[in-house]
Amino acid sequence: MITALLVMTGIALVLGAVLGFASIKFKVEGDPLVEKIDAILPQTQCGQCGFPGCRPYATAIADGEAEINQCPPGGEEGIRKLADLLGREFKPLSEEHGVEKPKSVAVIDEATCIGCTLCIQACPVDAIVGAAKQLHTIVAAECTGCELCLAPCPVDCITMEAITETVDTWKWRYPVVEIKAA
Amino acid sequence: MLRKLFKFHGGVKPQTNKTQSTTAAIAAVPLPDRLVIPLHQAVGGHPRPLVQPGEHVLKGQRIGGADGNLSSAVHASTSGIVRDVAQAVMPHTSGLTTLSVIIEPDGEDRWCELEKVNYRSTPPDELRDFLRDAGVVGLGGAVFPSYAKLKPGKEGKLKTLVINGAECEPFITCDDMLMRERASDMLKGIVAMRYMLQAEEVLIGIEDNKPEAVASVQAAIRASGETGIEAVAIPTRYPAGGAKQLIRVLTGIEVPHGRRSTDFGVQCFNVGTAFSIFEALEHGRPLISRLVTVAGNVTAPRNYDVLIGTPMDHLVRLAGPRPDTDRYIMGGPMMGVRMPGFDVPVVKATNCVLVGSPALFPAPPPEMPCIRCGECAKACPADLAPFEMYWFSRSKNFGKAQEYHLFDCIECGCCSFVCPSHIPLVDYFRFSKSEIWSREREKESSDGARDRFEFKNFRQEREKQEKAEKLAAKAAATREKVATEGAATPAAADGEAAPKPKPSATDAKRALIEAAMEKARQQKAQVAPKNTDHLAPDVEADIAAIDARRNAAPARAADTPDA
Repeated sequence: MITALLVMTGIALVLGAVLGFASIKFKVEGDPLVEKIDAILPQTQCGQCGFPGCRPYATAIADGEAEINQCPPGGEEGIRKLADLLGREFKPLSEEHGVEKPKSVAVIDEATCIGCTLCIQACPVDAIVGAAKQLHTIVAAECTGCELCLAPCPVDCITMEAITETVDTWKWRYPVVEIKAA
Repeated sequence: MLRKLFKFHGGVKPQTNKTQSTTAAIAAVPLPDRLVIPLHQAVGGHPRPLVQPGEHVLKGQRIGGADGNLSSAVHASTSGIVRDVAQAVMPHTSGLTTLSVIIEPDGEDRWCELEKVNYRSTPPDELRDFLRDAGVVGLGGAVFPSYAKLKPGKEGKLKTLVINGAECEPFITCDDMLMRERASDMLKGIVAMRYMLQAEEVLIGIEDNKPEAVASVQAAIRASGETGIEAVAIPTRYPAGGAKQLIRVLTGIEVPHGRRSTDFGVQCFNVGTAFSIFEALEHGRPLISRLVTVAGNVTAPRNYDVLIGTPMDHLVRLAGPRPDTDRYIMGGPMMGVRMPGFDVPVVKATNCVLVGSPALFPAPPPEMPCIRCGECAKACPADLAPFEMYWFSRSKNFGKAQEYHLFDCIECGCCSFVCPSHIPLVDYFRFSKSEIWSREREKESSDGARDRFEFKNFRQEREKQEKAEKLAAKAAATREKVATEGAATPAAADGEAAPKPKPSATDAKRALIEAAMEKARQQKAQVAPKNTDHLAPDVEADIAAIDARRNAAPARAADTPDA
């Protein structure tokens, strides 16, 4: 009886020690789920989801505080990927957060720009170059099309232009089977 | 001597249809009214335009300069006037436009000054730059800049240089005719390549349905007295002209997934490329023309020596297209792509203009479900499982398709050719590949955006902290100053800020603040934009307008609360 008790206590102590050691040794910093969600989000940092950037939204999704259908730039495909990852039900894009638009870049009308730097401060990815009282311009390759620069511009000199297909970005279409009338 | 040949897996034997276009010799093409020369014709970066509209150019003059790491120059194919440097439809299925130089020939066809090179006395790097600026690219169809491939590799030498004269695709005979008519010049190009690559042996692989070409090349080798070069007849089986397949047949080396043939001491070039290297080195002529087969729905199929930029319909007219012609295909029936129009230009990649009609190439029967018979896997020369890749491409499960090595697919069309359900497998693979590429591009840009966003946040935090530290330091200094000044002269130094007879420490502080504000006001007034002297009146007017807008802007912003 005593031996059995001692043996069981011993095993419990050893296993407890191993578990305790493992919890320190293999501790995961941060929530790995947030990383995975963040990798799916389009990183436009546009804030249309209601969070200040893609990562905060990813954190909110992981914590169950936000729905997965709040990201218009990610579109339906993004929602499907999130649904797959999280094992949640697919939902159509929530209308209050916006609609899916074709990818576009901001363009500054150089004749109208007054060099006020407001758009530079608004740009989440530092894609606008310029200085006070000097013409601003957008680095098209870095622009995510988040539209955050549109509102602050006091002279409305920024417009969004849809990205057109070039030979380098052209995609082969999905083969469509034509159905002929019998 | 009989050489031991090897077999590659799979392959098919379609009807070759080659004899029709080999009866007549290579013909020249009269100058068209207009040449449209796309600047981007080869794999790699877009060349930048070097000419302006209205400029007169000479034949062989560089009009597009190589730009970036992997890029190849473009030249004027004849002398004439540059009418425009504009977007024009390019020979690509998409029907999209690309920056092109449009030349109106002056009819003189006058060469610019040509520079020859002695490849034996030129350093290898300079020689490669020369070939890049001569616009020499692989003429087998991939149009990869040749200079980038003419490096002997880590060991400083190559074991085998494979020259691809297999030309396995039906209808196409331009390499065949080149070997028949220009074998000795081509051989000189091969000798130069062998020198640049320090290759031990050269094997010229030619399918055995071209006995005249084999004989002609062998005769040229004998006449030149070169040793270590051999023309080898290989069995006719599509796609024996694929680089990996030809290397397998000639050397027995099977290049595995993710490796290059150069890792095994083998490099492969097309016979047409060898000829254009000869032209560049021996005569200094850049790549401005190539042999093009016109075949299919024409009365007189033939090979032509065509200037790059010649509209396809101008070329096809010579061969007599039949009235029911409804499309041009660039390339052969297996791998070719349909052109968006009839007037697209011939480019460096155009080995054949296949004229199509509903009778010659009827629409395929309707696609039936895959029965998983495995015929496609038996036919696949790349040892893939097309039915699996089809399954995942169709369901847009691109990750899985890649697991089945989708990117090893050479799009040869053997699987579609044998499929009893008439599934256009290659169309699915092309769709998958371009979707994956586009996703990778998006991933790259979103990763970049994430980094930039995180850095911006970090920078803002850092700036905030720095500002706070600076302010704290300044405030401490001010407090100290106030304390010492308040103790020394109770009547506060600055006269105007001392209305009260007994100023306290707070008054002294207020005085300091007011002095600082005054200083800031003065500084602001002194700031004047630079470069404003000696401006034209219209520029000054512009500046005045901008200033007016700037002054009006805050008022407007206040009017509209959402602005």
